[in-house]
Amino acid sequence: MGGKGLDRKVLVVAELKGEAVHPVTFELLGKGREIVEQTGGELYSVVFGCSIDKNRASELIHYGADKVFLFNDPVFSGLNTMAYAHNLVRLCKEENPDVILMGATCFGRSLGPRVAAALKTGLTADCIDLRIDENGELIQIRPAFVGNILAHIKTKTRPVMSTVRYRVVKARGKDESRSGLIVEKKAEAPPRAGIRLVGEAVPKKLNIADAEIIVAGGRGLGSAEGFRLLEELARLLGGVVGSSRPPVDDGWIRKEHQVGYSGSIVKPKLYVACGISGSPQHLFGMKDAETIVAINSDPSAPIFRVADYGIVGDLYHVVPLIIKEIKARRTSMG
Amino acid sequence: MLNIIVLVKQVPDIEKVRFDVETGRIDRSSAPAEINPFDLNAIEAAVQIKEKVGGFITALSMGPMQAVSSLRDAIARGVDDAILLEDRRFAGADTLATSHTLAAAVRKIGSYDIVLCGEKTVDGDTGQVGAEVAELLEIPHVYYASRIVNVSEKSITVVSETEDASYTLESSYPVLISVTRDVNKPRLPTLKSKMKAMKSEVKIWRAEDLAGFLELDKAGYAGSPTWVQKVVVQKEKTRQGRVYRNVEDGLGELIRLLESKGLI
Repeated sequence: MGGKGLDRKVLVVAELKGEAVHPVTFELLGKGREIVEQTGGELYSVVFGCSIDKNRASELIHYGADKVFLFNDPVFSGLNTMAYAHNLVRLCKEENPDVILMGATCFGRSLGPRVAAALKTGLTADCIDLRIDENGELIQIRPAFVGNILAHIKTKTRPVMSTVRYRVVKARGKDESRSGLIVEKKAEAPPRAGIRLVGEAVPKKLNIADAEIIVAGGRGLGSAEGFRLLEELARLLGGVVGSSRPPVDDGWIRKEHQVGYSGSIVKPKLYVACGISGSPQHLFGMKDAETIVAINSDPSAPIFRVADYGIVGDLYHVVPLIIKEIKARRTSMG
Repeated sequence: MLNIIVLVKQVPDIEKVRFDVETGRIDRSSAPAEINPFDLNAIEAAVQIKEKVGGFITALSMGPMQAVSSLRDAIARGVDDAILLEDRRFAGADTLATSHTLAAAVRKIGSYDIVLCGEKTVDGDTGQVGAEVAELLEIPHVYYASRIVNVSEKSITVVSETEDASYTLESSYPVLISVTRDVNKPRLPTLKSKMKAMKSEVKIWRAEDLAGFLELDKAGYAGSPTWVQKVVVQKEKTRQGRVYRNVEDGLGELIRLLESKGLI
């Protein structure tokens, strides 16, 4: 077998977040651009929606696509993965891309495997980087074993398919002078509808993966009440509250606050871990934060090993001091 | 009465397992093997569905002979029948080859309404096998089910989570559903059920048993389009690592940090 080099097309599957394009799409376009610049190919993108206007589609061109396939049809609503998969497979059979990239989001993780199985090709999950090697082949890099090692994965079949984690690869700046082609496509209903949306989708209050500042608590909080203190600090810093797994398991805080292996992966500018010991599962979710502050009464807690700044002390002593100090400074400045 | 198939995998206890950094191989002898923790929720979901509308639950796994112990555990937790797909020709499979093999076994089982699985496995960590199996079986799937709202002989209604919203979805059968850890709290097997499971038979299906359902060139290492070229140890970001045992000093440093980030 042994794959041949990539020389033609990279296809980025765009994702929508409400009416807007999900930022992971721009990141994928940035990475896709980097690949085609090395291989001399073209960068395509496809977007599925109910009523996407051409301005929205041309955003994909401004972020790097040469050609955009635009599907507008009521079938692309709710969580109708079968509809997305059916039309994406059709498009791939027409256009024969060499590489297909999707976000490692709920959307991409649900859609990618269906398409890969239909196209009888390999799919690599949760990539954090993609590189072209000396043979012009794609190397897909993904964490394995709770982030302890990085696996370099190659795919023998075509297309090579990868899901890429959000907020890991860089988008290029928006260039409104870039031109490209928008091709409107007609959607086909999937052979089996299957799933029906009952009622309205219920939006979540918090998407912690997007947060720039997170004040998180763990078992060391001792009770649900402790999160009130963290909320106060988070509010003062313009951030949100996160949690390790135990408080969620004990019902102290809702699941959408959970950071870690079975919660969200976050990449904030500042992560303040209060009463979190730092299990490998928790570190998996937050160790790429720009700055990590740890407050824990146990000096041997593993969280201190990944912290930029650590304070050994009771969080119920330390956090109120921080709050007091911030308030004092704001008052004196105001 | 519903026919339910639960896909399960035996994995090493991920918190204890060691791996060889040079080869990237995991040393499976370094940690006890167990049912993938996410699959326990899938088993519990199957048992709860059976309790509600009646049914027959088959646990299906692919792996080495040692995985029989995990299938016995599944029996102790309430499944009625257990099948292990065990053959050297299945070994070294990536997600696509695994899915071809599992889908072949599901087709051989023949009659099924719901296929359940966990959202991912702790060792492979891809979360891909569920939807790949669904595609190969040409049935719909629902990912990230956090709650089973209703189940009847005709249809099942679940809440499916995405980053931004929760969706209530209804599906007729057959359907594949991957569940999150929130869907239930798995019960522990009782001593009595453990004793019963010890004496139960776990069926072993080899490649020959899947004849007519599986093309062997789609199974195992030979049928796997992806391969691991190498593994490297993750380089950790260098951290300042300033840990203060004196709260006063730490506080001063922290305030300076917040100022430098423009947060105060």
